[in-house]
Amino acid sequence: MHPSNPSPSSESPARSYPAGGLAFPHRDLTGIGQLARHEILYLLDEAEQWVELNRQSHKRADLLSGLTIINAFFENSTRTLLSFEIAGKRLGADVVNMHAATSSVKKGETLIDTAMTLNAMRADAIVIRHASSGAVRLIAEKVDCPVLNAGDGQHEHPTQALLDALTIRHALGLPKGSDLNGLKVTICGDILHSRVARSNILSLTALGCEVSVCAPPALMPAEIEVMCVHVFHDFDSALKGAQVVMMLRLQMERMQGQFIPSPREYRHLYGLSLDRLAKAEAGALVMHPGPMNRGVEIDSQVADHVERSLITRQVESGVAIRMACLEVLTRRTRQVPGWDHLGGENA
Amino acid sequence: MTPQSLVITNGRLVVSSGEPVAADLRCTGGRIAALGADAAPQPGDAVFDAGGMLVTPGLVDLGVFAIDKPAFHFGGITRAALMPDQGPPLDHPARVRFAAQSGKPDFWVHPLAAATRGLDGTELAELALMREAGARAVSTGRRWIADSGVMLRLLSYCAMLDLVVVSHAEDAGLAGQAVATAGEVATRLGLPSAPAEAESLAVARDIALAEMTGARLHIRQVTTAKALDLVRGAKLRGVQVTAGVTPAHFMLSDLELVDFRTFCRFSPPLRADEDRKAVIAAIGDGTIDVIASGHDPRGPEDKRLPFADAEPGMAGAETLLPLSLTLVRDGVIDMARAFALLAANPAALLGVNAGRLAVGAEADIAVVNPARPWIVNSDKMAASAGNTPFDRRPVEGRVLALWKGGARID
Repeated sequence: MHPSNPSPSSESPARSYPAGGLAFPHRDLTGIGQLARHEILYLLDEAEQWVELNRQSHKRADLLSGLTIINAFFENSTRTLLSFEIAGKRLGADVVNMHAATSSVKKGETLIDTAMTLNAMRADAIVIRHASSGAVRLIAEKVDCPVLNAGDGQHEHPTQALLDALTIRHALGLPKGSDLNGLKVTICGDILHSRVARSNILSLTALGCEVSVCAPPALMPAEIEVMCVHVFHDFDSALKGAQVVMMLRLQMERMQGQFIPSPREYRHLYGLSLDRLAKAEAGALVMHPGPMNRGVEIDSQVADHVERSLITRQVESGVAIRMACLEVLTRRTRQVPGWDHLGGENA
Repeated sequence: MTPQSLVITNGRLVVSSGEPVAADLRCTGGRIAALGADAAPQPGDAVFDAGGMLVTPGLVDLGVFAIDKPAFHFGGITRAALMPDQGPPLDHPARVRFAAQSGKPDFWVHPLAAATRGLDGTELAELALMREAGARAVSTGRRWIADSGVMLRLLSYCAMLDLVVVSHAEDAGLAGQAVATAGEVATRLGLPSAPAEAESLAVARDIALAEMTGARLHIRQVTTAKALDLVRGAKLRGVQVTAGVTPAHFMLSDLELVDFRTFCRFSPPLRADEDRKAVIAAIGDGTIDVIASGHDPRGPEDKRLPFADAEPGMAGAETLLPLSLTLVRDGVIDMARAFALLAANPAALLGVNAGRLAVGAEADIAVVNPARPWIVNSDKMAASAGNTPFDRRPVEGRVLALWKGGARID
């Protein structure tokens, strides 16, 4: 049932990376935009071991024992927060969650002051979600520990893009080290407001995919074609030849006539039904970052399709990817041999 | 207290046209009394040797957000038109009267009256009373009056009062919560953005209404090629419209936004590079009449924030002159025109007898070394905050001495 595998790239799957810390010379993970292709692949490959571990009954590695990870979420989230929390705990770290709703952020404390406070508590890694683009990077400049972006405004959501790439790689049966060269991916939905779309465009194009984006004009960012994507407004045309269809969540508040007339009209034009899915490549796979609006952007028959839907597998990959990111970014703190200094741009 | 009479010798005077002329200048009673042969020092006069440097009018800065004397004096600015966007807004005669006195004697503030109460764009403020209290023009603030009916009534009323209306040209419906111009940079950074047409749409409406009413309209910042074309066309038709800009929009494009640099968050936002070039062309061909600093010092509490949450504006008073002089060095304009943009034209719009070296004009005078190099350093600004996008940039042009009404400012 799987679509034809993408053509293998020239490099062999058993990929070799620069030695030690040079394989991933960044202190923070603020976006896919900061990563080179081989660094994306490195994180995907590192995640493979955690996929294995997570499938066993004893899901515990104590690599990060004694380390404190703070999940600072300035914007509501359930699944991403949970995923990061589980990832940290499975690695043995002490994980603390800070919810903005119950924090002093509501009392007017500035973001920087909050960041300095977290820093003074000597966190070993801080995971941040914030409603403003660039906020994570701002915090990263002010704290001493690695910072992971769990979504900043409409800018980036790098771990989502990584887990999507890993999910695709597994679904296609591709081995460790593989990129996604030649794969045709269509991303449909609210591209304008979506950090998931931006990170995925960057990651998938870096991995060799041919990416198409589809949205009504009001939900399409200006000059998006400079990010090396094909631009469609008609869903049927966008689906033609697609081997992976990635649906984005439509935020209901945007449907009060501000951007599109109504949910049912949106569904009429952009809802992924089984009939619609048939217009894609035979056996095309379906993804969604969740949470879904069933019956709006995606029909239940598609979302729950055992062979075609990767949605629950995305969640599974999410924990593994976040474990990989936390483990790699804390190697300097843990004085892993070869990782005692940062190479490259952050040196 | 009238200052001692003053003669500036050995300078090159920047006059209304042509090259600077080597001549002396004499001031008495706070005014320019004589130029050239008649300006010989008389017994008891103070004499200042300009050492061959430029002698220029003090700059008149049309549209600043804060009164920040050290920065203005550093930049050779002797008068500034204060935007009504204060807390609370300048929408009441008493506040206007207070603002008008706030800089004297060594700096003159010309308040711009808020066009509408609370700058809300709905009810006209007491414009005639504010004129009596010292307002030299009317401004919509850093906001757009969305209701065209209100704007029409405002312009016709101001035409009657013979007050210039200073407008901010950004269609609020298109602009929304935008903090950047729609395009590649905003898309990559995921910043809320609006098309550049938000400006041309606003300019088109305001010009149409000015044409209807015969009002004098000054668009404080025109930053896009399309809007500049509209201004150009309106001027040809004889509409009383003038246009201004700040150096940010002829020096920088939206590429500066990468890394989410909040010191580059402006209103209107930085534009594409083609628009930046169009602004330079418009300065060269006379479409743009005024270069102003838009001085708006903002500390970390307003700027050390995520980009979209930061306040717009830059501390621009100190860099206004040197950045404008880059246009002279690049051959876009000559020295006389530079000081028309920086002093004479804004003074004329405000109806003040200053901004030029002419007998009878207020003795607001600067001695300028246009070639003196220095490096902008946001940590060591005279301004009350260092939010300049030009940090570490080498520039040329520095004020060596400054007089307000014939009195030396130290």
